[in-house]
Amino acid sequence: MAIILDHVNYIYGADTGTPVHALKDVCLSIPDGQFIGIIGHTGSGKSTLMQHLNGLVKASSGAIYYDGENIYDKGYNLKKLRTKVGLVFQYPEHQLFEETVIKDVAFGPKNLKLDKKECELRAYDALKKVGFPDELIYASPFDLSGGQKRRVAIAGVLAMNPQVLILDEPTAGLDPQGQKEILNLIKKLRDESGLTILLVSHSMEDVAEYVDRIVVMNKGEVFLDNTPKEVFKHYKELEEIGLAAPQVTYIMHELAAKGYDVDVNATTIAEAADSIAAMLRQ
Amino acid sequence: MEIVRTKDVVYEYIRRDDEGEVTGVVTAVDHVSLEVEQGDFVAILGHNGSGKSTLAKHFNAILVPEEGTVWVDGIDTAQDERVWKVRQTAGMVFQNPDNQIIGQVVEEDVGFGPENMGVPTEEIWKRVNESLKAVGMYEYRKHSPNKLSGGQKQRVSIAGVLAMRPKCIVLDEPTAMLDPNGRKEVLAAVKELNKSEKVSVILITHYMEEVVDADKVFVMDAGKVVMSGTPREIFSQVERLKELRLDVPQATLLAYELKKKGIRLKDGILTQEELIEAVEKYGNNS
Repeated sequence: MAIILDHVNYIYGADTGTPVHALKDVCLSIPDGQFIGIIGHTGSGKSTLMQHLNGLVKASSGAIYYDGENIYDKGYNLKKLRTKVGLVFQYPEHQLFEETVIKDVAFGPKNLKLDKKECELRAYDALKKVGFPDELIYASPFDLSGGQKRRVAIAGVLAMNPQVLILDEPTAGLDPQGQKEILNLIKKLRDESGLTILLVSHSMEDVAEYVDRIVVMNKGEVFLDNTPKEVFKHYKELEEIGLAAPQVTYIMHELAAKGYDVDVNATTIAEAADSIAAMLRQ
Repeated sequence: MEIVRTKDVVYEYIRRDDEGEVTGVVTAVDHVSLEVEQGDFVAILGHNGSGKSTLAKHFNAILVPEEGTVWVDGIDTAQDERVWKVRQTAGMVFQNPDNQIIGQVVEEDVGFGPENMGVPTEEIWKRVNESLKAVGMYEYRKHSPNKLSGGQKQRVSIAGVLAMRPKCIVLDEPTAMLDPNGRKEVLAAVKELNKSEKVSVILITHYMEEVVDADKVFVMDAGKVVMSGTPREIFSQVERLKELRLDVPQATLLAYELKKKGIRLKDGILTQEELIEAVEKYGNNS
């Protein structure tokens, strides 16, 4: 078991008279190599949760275990934890700053005091992993397209050789094709490099298509935690907390309500097409 | 009469190195000619870097064309002395609400535009209240903007533009940073303005579902308008859109996948309702 959250609470503003209980008794266990989608509307606590996982924010109570060690123990090496759990913020390309792509990606390893050769090797390796074209590695990161900038930003985190990658809405602002490319890239990182992935997303279609498991956050609590199919069965409850199911789920439910024999548990276009085609051919 | 008209508009970005020497030229808008009718809801689609934002900035004279002409409500935007008139006619809303809100209180923020235009105080209040009501944010008029959700902030931004009484609103990916609820709120507010206030809307977006009800859609690629037509005409070309790095609404995609499996529903399905209706019809006929 890679990460365990044990009754984590986070309260901020305790001294202001209007304390906010941002995380309430969150218990999760995240095994190695899982692809998890985190959904919840704005202010549901998903970003706060992510920031706990690499020790950026410390829980008010409860414990977080990483590979069996409590990260709040005295003497625990948080710096090392942060190399193991990489965090890709929203619009990460806003944090690009170096003169060349390769220098930007090598910045993290350089801070680990690795020698120059090792830094560049790691940077090059990370750029390969995100499918960045060789001929552009000496270009200025500011001259790249939106999708490429984002790849560079993700490579910057990968260059730290993390075991867990947390991405906060990595597809926001990209065109539809760019969104698919980034999601396929993330899936590839999991499949080929065995990374554990936590993906914060507002797109139900994307999580239905890509992840193994969905954690739904609401008002700082874990509202649902299950496979996409099981989670989207609760589409009415999801709507009540400001979320929804993928569009095809609604289409399937409506068809079923009209008496058609279709699979209401279909959550992707491919599954829905199979089910409707089978029904119409009968 | 058209509210926005462009003829052979060209805009180039010049890339310079540290010494200020020119290292390259990117043609962001390449001979674009288009017309937007007064009162229409028009959408512009295109992949990242296709030139749609650069083009949008021409609609309220943030940029003026290097070649060609842009007319906003009949005014040539290259006329320096009329730039304020142009900006008052075509208001602009950007992607990030946090970059557009400056007031400490919602109503103060919305009043900023008309105040700058020298509108009398009484009239400012009237406009502020009307604009906030139009986007459904009137109850929040005394709130601090930084306590609002993304969708609410974006609606305040739209109210701020409305208070200048524009004939046209240009929205550059106004929902890109919002959650699904925020996205719905903003889109509903924009559609309502178009319908009841007859404000022309030019919406730039990556969300295909937001475009389904538009009167007209333009698709850009490499600075050029490569497709134009009704949503039905545009979204019937699934393969072409994919080549252009775009997508189609989910219902359209499902109909397309069914067609590949040999189940031909009627052409041009855009919404859930249309898809269900088509399935029912197919079921009855076979």
